[in-house]
Amino acid sequence: MKLRVTVMPKNGVLDPQGKAIQQALGGLGFAGVEDVRAGKVIILDVAETDAAAAKAAGEEMARKLLANTVIESFTVEAI
Amino acid sequence: MKAAIIVFPGTNRERDMAIALERVTGRKPAMLWHRDTALPQGLDLVVLPGGFSYGDYLRCGAMAAQSPLMAEVKAFAARGGHVLGVCNGFQMLCEAGLLPGALLKNASLRFLAMDCTMRVERADTVYTRGYQQGQEFKATMAHGDGNYFCDAETLARLEGERLVSLRYSGANRNGSINAIAGILSPNLRVMGMMPHPENCVDPLVGGEDGLPMFQGLAESFLTAA
Amino acid sequence: MELLPADRASQLAAQFGLKPDEFERALAILGRQPTLTELGIFSVMWSEHCSYKSSRVWLKQLPTKAPWVIQGPGENAGVIDIGEGLAAVFKMESHNHPSFIEPYSGAATGVGGILRDVFTMGARPVANLNALRFGDPKLPRTRRILDGVVRGIGGYGNCVGVPTVGGEVNFHPAYNGNPLVNAMTVGIAPADRIFTAAASGVGNPVVYVGSKTGRDGIHGATMSSAEFDKDSEEKRPTVQIGDPFAEKLLIEACLELMATDAIVAIQDMGAAGLTSSGVEMAGKGGMGVELVLDDVPQREEGMSAYEMMLSESQERMLLILKPGREAVAEAIFHKWELDFAVIGHLTDTGRIVIRHKGQIEADILLAPLESEAPLYHRPTEETPKQPPLPPVADPVGIIPALKTLVASPDLCSRRWIWDQYDAQVGGQTSKRPGQADAAVVRVEGKRRALAMTTDCTPRYVVADPEAGGAQAVAEAWRNITATGALPLAITDNMNFGNPEKPRIMGQFAAAVRGMAAACTALDFPVVSGNVSLYNETEGQPILPTPAIGGVGVIEDLANAVGLSMPAKAELVLIGATAGHLGQSIWLRDIAGQEAGPPPPVDLAAERRNGDFVRAQILAGKVLACHDLSDGGLLVALAEMAMASGIGAVISASGDHGFWFGEDQARYILAVPDAAALLAEAQAAGVPAQKLGVSGGESLELDRIGSISVAELTDAHESALPKLMEGI
Repeated sequence: MKLRVTVMPKNGVLDPQGKAIQQALGGLGFAGVEDVRAGKVIILDVAETDAAAAKAAGEEMARKLLANTVIESFTVEAI
Repeated sequence: MKAAIIVFPGTNRERDMAIALERVTGRKPAMLWHRDTALPQGLDLVVLPGGFSYGDYLRCGAMAAQSPLMAEVKAFAARGGHVLGVCNGFQMLCEAGLLPGALLKNASLRFLAMDCTMRVERADTVYTRGYQQGQEFKATMAHGDGNYFCDAETLARLEGERLVSLRYSGANRNGSINAIAGILSPNLRVMGMMPHPENCVDPLVGGEDGLPMFQGLAESFLTAA
Repeated sequence: MELLPADRASQLAAQFGLKPDEFERALAILGRQPTLTELGIFSVMWSEHCSYKSSRVWLKQLPTKAPWVIQGPGENAGVIDIGEGLAAVFKMESHNHPSFIEPYSGAATGVGGILRDVFTMGARPVANLNALRFGDPKLPRTRRILDGVVRGIGGYGNCVGVPTVGGEVNFHPAYNGNPLVNAMTVGIAPADRIFTAAASGVGNPVVYVGSKTGRDGIHGATMSSAEFDKDSEEKRPTVQIGDPFAEKLLIEACLELMATDAIVAIQDMGAAGLTSSGVEMAGKGGMGVELVLDDVPQREEGMSAYEMMLSESQERMLLILKPGREAVAEAIFHKWELDFAVIGHLTDTGRIVIRHKGQIEADILLAPLESEAPLYHRPTEETPKQPPLPPVADPVGIIPALKTLVASPDLCSRRWIWDQYDAQVGGQTSKRPGQADAAVVRVEGKRRALAMTTDCTPRYVVADPEAGGAQAVAEAWRNITATGALPLAITDNMNFGNPEKPRIMGQFAAAVRGMAAACTALDFPVVSGNVSLYNETEGQPILPTPAIGGVGVIEDLANAVGLSMPAKAELVLIGATAGHLGQSIWLRDIAGQEAGPPPPVDLAAERRNGDFVRAQILAGKVLACHDLSDGGLLVALAEMAMASGIGAVISASGDHGFWFGEDQARYILAVPDAAALLAEAQAAGVPAQKLGVSGGESLELDRIGSISVAELTDAHESALPKLMEGI
């Protein structure tokens, strides 16, 4: 099965990419974009078939490597 | 001084660091591969050099921080060993939890490659004893992610316990919080810094502003031995 | 074998860019209809990019030999002896078309490709340079392309840990739809351990190493041999993505393997991938080769033989190993976490045989693939000589013109660009961009250093291709000389328009003639090169741009000089000044004309003046040196003042032709004692005149006016950042 790990900068952590995207959108005439946060999505194809077990493993992977919990938060979903 | 440099896939300033260490000690440091499982006996200093370990993919230093030899480096640090991380090495130290905080993308979102000046915030460590307190020196900076960040509580502790060793004294180009260029562990034995003193140890190439750092290290471990 | 039906084959041949007579020739070699894979192989091997079919007849005129040349053109890169048992290995190559379609990836893979050409030969890359040309800087598209190209060059070079130490950037509307991205790599190898592509040893294993093969860049080589049209934007999928991390591992793994004795031959998979590397290795060695594509490491599922043979996936190499050394090699590549696969072996048949899924997909006799390759002696038409430039009045005055020029797109500071390139990694870079006329990089562990530069003045070449070709070579020679180094050899990157147009082919032929004359007069042979034709968009050709990459040696780095002068130095102009304004930057940017003949190139004067300057530098009599080029005397003085943060009081005088004319073979020297230098110059038959003395905070011109160095610097440094912000 597949897991989708979404990694986002934590609230309060400066996100220069998000800021730059927001400015660029403004420059293109998209008004009213009040905030942009840029993160990343990692898709894992795992052998585990039990959704709960797979999700638990994914969370462990995220804590250990995929996200830096000093600056990033993450969510893991089975897809 | 017995020093070792750890080489990861994508490390690229290990040779520069080896030249700087050899310049002050007259002996070549050991070059260790990240898959090695043990550090040599009797090491005075472990250096995590600059570069793009694992291509800076995922996050700078994140995958290197999980490599087999890093577990040994953590144990070495826990026993009171000295560990210096420069640039990508600083990023690894933060990712490995040996130093607090993280290095974010430069505020400009561009790679920054130029000279910078730093001020020595404390000269009573093995890394900085070659300088005077408050002295400014030049080093090369070359990074895309050198924007030091930590939460307010950590920052208060770093500043309160005087664990900021180096601060940008000219422009703070990468946007680091409190213009932090280098920090120390509470026992002052682990230091991470973004700029490259190893590229400033020769009057014909880059100048000699970085030399006192390596001379200070050599003197520290000469007297220790 | 699955042969294509005749009508389908001729239809596909046209689609792949084979001309009807070329297709007939391929059929004659095969003696039957081709398979799809065979047709692909013929089309890429006979593309302009791989076969040099339009340029070969002319390139033969270039001098390629000297006692210090170890390997001239024909291998992956040129090799010269730099003393102490070491060799410099270098080449420049274009990635123009991919960089237009996708600037970041195009430029990045351009750097990756040229790095592979150099480390393939056994050299550790020690420096990257580049030569970039962009369109009108006022166009948003130009800024987007420039930004992407600079990020791409930095992104790749910084990551692989090879310092980017020099380069040049020009802007001209002729490059609006066709930017030029020429990347150069210089490496250092033991002179007696140079690796080449020529395969030998029947039965020896053919080994694939590096990254896996995907469907990247199929038909890249034929794309770069065709003009752009409006549909180019849709050709995006053929652009390859670079992985500098994989390249770094490949460099280290290859160099580690090269330190053993396992390798017979090695070749990178560049344009036309497995096809050109397989064909060239076997062909050069007079061998045959049999490949089993089932064993090629693949990134995508269901790839056909045709796709694998034409894929331009990056960071791959093909090796021929000595028998029984597979395990040694495999251990090294696995240590570096790279793929390693034996995909075939050498044969004595003289044929390339490709097997896939139990079928023969190609079976071609190699010798005629090369000997019967098309060779065109295309018609040429001379560029008419420009009429002499009538006198041009000075519309603005000397000081205002200077201030405008130092902030003009072609002369303003490139700091915004360099600041994104790691110039120091490796710890050997002595002179970075802006510090000297050529980059100076020490040979690790030695006193000696290499000086290197890239040069071309396309506006001269378009006005007079022969003079422009000679000038490009002379300027590279001069820039190296100005550091104190002895220029040794060049690589050339010939960027021109559609060779099927006689005017364009005439530009090419004349430029080669001029280059050949300069190379001969200056003992500066060509050891490697690359040709990029069809640089046109919707019929608009680029300015003809024969970019020259020069390399020289200085035996003791301590003798090298740069632009920065101390106060109280006496400034001397070496070389004759006639005030030539034709095709000058002043004429274009101040008087608004692109007219007149370019400055004449007097190769005997170049040689005499340059040899004199170098001897003065090596004798320790020179504090700073700068050659005169774009913008002439006053721009050069301003550049020295800005590099040192020190002004000068100039007593020499003349009109705008004197200050901004672009006469060649000239240098400014900062010396402790001008009188002694003038006497020596006179004895050597070298024209010289005292200009003034350095010092103060302004550049002061007697009876003309002055401008502070701070004001000049502000204008010079702020121009490119403003340009990039669209201000």
